[in-house]
Amino acid sequence: MTVTDLVSYEDALASYDPVMGLEVHVELGTATKMFCGCATTLGAEPNSQTCPVCLGLPGALPVVNATGVESAVRIGLALHCDIAEWCRFARKNYFYPDMPKNFQTSQYDEPIAFDGHLDVQLEDGEVFRVGIERAHMEEDTGKSTHIGGATGRIHGASHSLLDYNRAGIPLIEIVTKPITGAGARAPEIARAYVAELREVIRALGVSEARMEMGQLRCDVNVSLRPHGREKFGTRSETKNVNSLRSVERAVRFEIQRHAAVLDDGGVIVQETRHFHEENGSTTSGRVKEEAEDYRYFPEPDLVPLAPARAWVEELRAGLPELPLARRARLREEWGISAHEMQSALNAGAVDLVVATVEAGADATSARKWWLGELARRANEAGTDLTALPITPAQVARVAALVAEGALNDKLARQVIDGVLAGEGGPDDVVEKRGLRVVSDEGALGAAVDEAIAANPAVAEKVRGGKVAAAGALVGAVMKATRGQADAGRARELILERLGADA
Amino acid sequence: MSELTRLTAAELAARVADGSVSAVETAQAHLDRIDAVDEKVHAFLHVDREGALAQARAVDERRAAGEKLGPLAGVPLALKDIFTTEGVPTTVGSKILEGWLPPYDATVTRRLKDAGIVILGKTNMDEFAMGSSTENSAYGPTGNPWDLTRIPGGSGGGSAASLASYQAPLAIGTDTGGSIRQPAAVTGTVGVKPTYGGVSRYGMVAFSSSLDQGGPCARTVLDAALLHEVIAGHDPLDSTSVDAPVPAVVEAARSGSVAGLRVGVVREFRGDGFQAGVLQRFDESVELLRGLGAEIVELSCPSFDKALAAYYLIAPSECSSNLARFDAMRYGLRVGDDGSRSAEEVTSLTRQAGFGPEVKRRIMLGTYALSSGYYDAYYGSAQKVRTLVARDFEAAFGQVDVIVSPTTPTTAFPIGERVDDPMAMYLADLCTIPVNLAGNSAMSLPCGLAPEDGLPVGLQIIAPAMADDRLYRVGAAVEAAYQARWGHPILEEAPAL
Repeated sequence: MTVTDLVSYEDALASYDPVMGLEVHVELGTATKMFCGCATTLGAEPNSQTCPVCLGLPGALPVVNATGVESAVRIGLALHCDIAEWCRFARKNYFYPDMPKNFQTSQYDEPIAFDGHLDVQLEDGEVFRVGIERAHMEEDTGKSTHIGGATGRIHGASHSLLDYNRAGIPLIEIVTKPITGAGARAPEIARAYVAELREVIRALGVSEARMEMGQLRCDVNVSLRPHGREKFGTRSETKNVNSLRSVERAVRFEIQRHAAVLDDGGVIVQETRHFHEENGSTTSGRVKEEAEDYRYFPEPDLVPLAPARAWVEELRAGLPELPLARRARLREEWGISAHEMQSALNAGAVDLVVATVEAGADATSARKWWLGELARRANEAGTDLTALPITPAQVARVAALVAEGALNDKLARQVIDGVLAGEGGPDDVVEKRGLRVVSDEGALGAAVDEAIAANPAVAEKVRGGKVAAAGALVGAVMKATRGQADAGRARELILERLGADA
Repeated sequence: MSELTRLTAAELAARVADGSVSAVETAQAHLDRIDAVDEKVHAFLHVDREGALAQARAVDERRAAGEKLGPLAGVPLALKDIFTTEGVPTTVGSKILEGWLPPYDATVTRRLKDAGIVILGKTNMDEFAMGSSTENSAYGPTGNPWDLTRIPGGSGGGSAASLASYQAPLAIGTDTGGSIRQPAAVTGTVGVKPTYGGVSRYGMVAFSSSLDQGGPCARTVLDAALLHEVIAGHDPLDSTSVDAPVPAVVEAARSGSVAGLRVGVVREFRGDGFQAGVLQRFDESVELLRGLGAEIVELSCPSFDKALAAYYLIAPSECSSNLARFDAMRYGLRVGDDGSRSAEEVTSLTRQAGFGPEVKRRIMLGTYALSSGYYDAYYGSAQKVRTLVARDFEAAFGQVDVIVSPTTPTTAFPIGERVDDPMAMYLADLCTIPVNLAGNSAMSLPCGLAPEDGLPVGLQIIAPAMADDRLYRVGAAVEAAYQARWGHPILEEAPAL
């Protein structure tokens, strides 16, 4: 199937009702792995963060990471789930070289958290409730690197390299209930859900949840059913859709592809599909001819978990304000629209603005700097706002200098330049670069006199009543003072000296 | 044979402690004995001469420096080849781990070393502890020192045979369905399966995680108790290890008594398939206990009839998963890696070549029992039986303090007799398996020779979980009474090698 065979999105929706299921894996940010004491630092030398347990050596046994369990419970609570009074780990058995024991320690029919929901806000402010089926704990696999084949795939590779540093890193898998009633907004809802879930995970502080680092990975299941039909259609499972934009595109593509197959009288094959960033399409992966049999059974090497109710309540009481509620509160406080808040969220600026306001800036200027100048700089540098070498306190200081008239916007941008270049804090940069608004009447007056003397023709026009011509004189003053003059005051002085009214 | 090899562990430890013999001399005497007889017995898969002598020297040095030594310091030991030993081969009786040098010590290995116990080497066993005769070892069978043409029991036949042939005064075994007790029974030695979770499983290569339990093997009840105390106790590396004080087993072994004790005899541990001489010696043991002041209570545990069937679903299911890691990727054997084959093919060829027929049989059995559509009927039902067995024990221990039975229905059978009849082989563990299913503790100790073949018969004593001390209290009393009757330890009746 090529992209040109797709049915248009509008036609697909006219005939069919999409149903989605989203499975998100979150890599927890614990210091050690889920079942052993190995470090979880990213980017370490391959296989340097391994031990008999995470290498699956004969005789080694797992021990549960208590922080991992706590994180799972907190995620469950934040998603309004019930927390199991008693649950077990289970072994999911299948062979793959990057899985050291050839079974994954996971949870099966006894997840630690189940039956919850997450409210997500769409671009227009509408709130859509996504049901949560379960959240369970498991361990990550190692990483295979296939050498010699095309595009790093196993097909055609001469050999593969295995790095087990990632093996055993704790994962929480969060599975939605079937998402129905989304209609044409299905792609937008899928994206908003993953984005909101990411916010929740970050607010809990259990993971940085950076999709580009694989800390949050999404599988997208889509099926179509004719309007009015109760029964779900056959679903496809698109694996490893790893950006918000890709989630949206994958859902959209699969809706169009399914519709094309169904319109042709074909049947959807239940299969795994790969998503392609470059053109937004999916291609068939592994066909599940027979349902894979993982031979789940309770993990006999671990004892059951029975989270004490008092402890669960303690964790519930300690949950932070959840992102959706927090954004509603901030929107009120900052006096902005849902759309403006969405822009701040998309830019990853909400926390930075909050911190800048806490450091003394007013919300409007804090938002202006982060979403304007600094967003542009981050974009140019190809990095995130948080990665810029400037702190909210420094931005607040710049805003304060502007508010008290010591800097104008142009000078303020130069101060930010200096801070980003590592020249120190805003005051250091002002000091070192000599960036102060020239409002000293003597110095400014002299500059005005010089500008008038140097431009007699312009001065004459102003005297003759063409007030607009004064701009050229202001420009000359600014040039002479290297932009440090208070332009408004310079204009007043020019008009005053030339006897013109403003 | 050096007189040193005839001594008990307690006697040897006392001599090392008082300086009348050095740990090095002790180790050397046992290494010499191994050189003299193990070609015939084949108890050891690997003898670590240098390692043993180095450990012995360290004990002597610590003694010379005036350090206080542990109660078994300087005593040699034979370690079942299922425990990892850093830098020393650990094969689990399988070709698939041939040549593997573990990078770490099992917790049991570590505790033995810390106690100054000298590890002579690694003993033969049925591959991955699956068997009751040690014939399933990929490295050839072990002979029973009472009759080298007969099996020494299994899976821990090597450990039991090393004791019975005076190659070591102490040994470590593991018991999933009887692999410590049944070899002890057929070799005339003492073997204890501690309460599940009593001894750490960390570094003990897993066969069936919910049933496996390491434990002590010795020639006397007191020696077993001394060793039990060294290896038992909570281990943070094993989540299933019991976090509670170790029962006072040594004290119990030193003060054997059964007066006033209620001893249960279970009706289901009898019937077809039991050798007449075994039942005769068992009945005599019951009378002996009665004579020592015990009250005998007859009991019924109806679910025990289904225990064997449940065991042969649970153990294979867990093993099918536990043994999945042997895939030629990270350690051990690798077959067919000629650059043309995929990882999957190499894994498949390696497992074909590396596992023996019994291991393959159980992996297939377990894979089937766990597969979707069959899980409830097989694994699920087996777990229910397991619960019933535990309840039967619970009810029984409401009435009695310990239960006794024959350890195994027959004496040692000839090598080769049951290799083609797995069901006959599995029956050897009829009386031992229910204990593993319930997680209780049990001991086997000698109760005489069967009149028809002159081979040792074992008496099994079963106690509730974490009441392992009762085994030693009763065992010590029975041992003392029999030795008084026989005038010597039973092993002295074994033929010279």
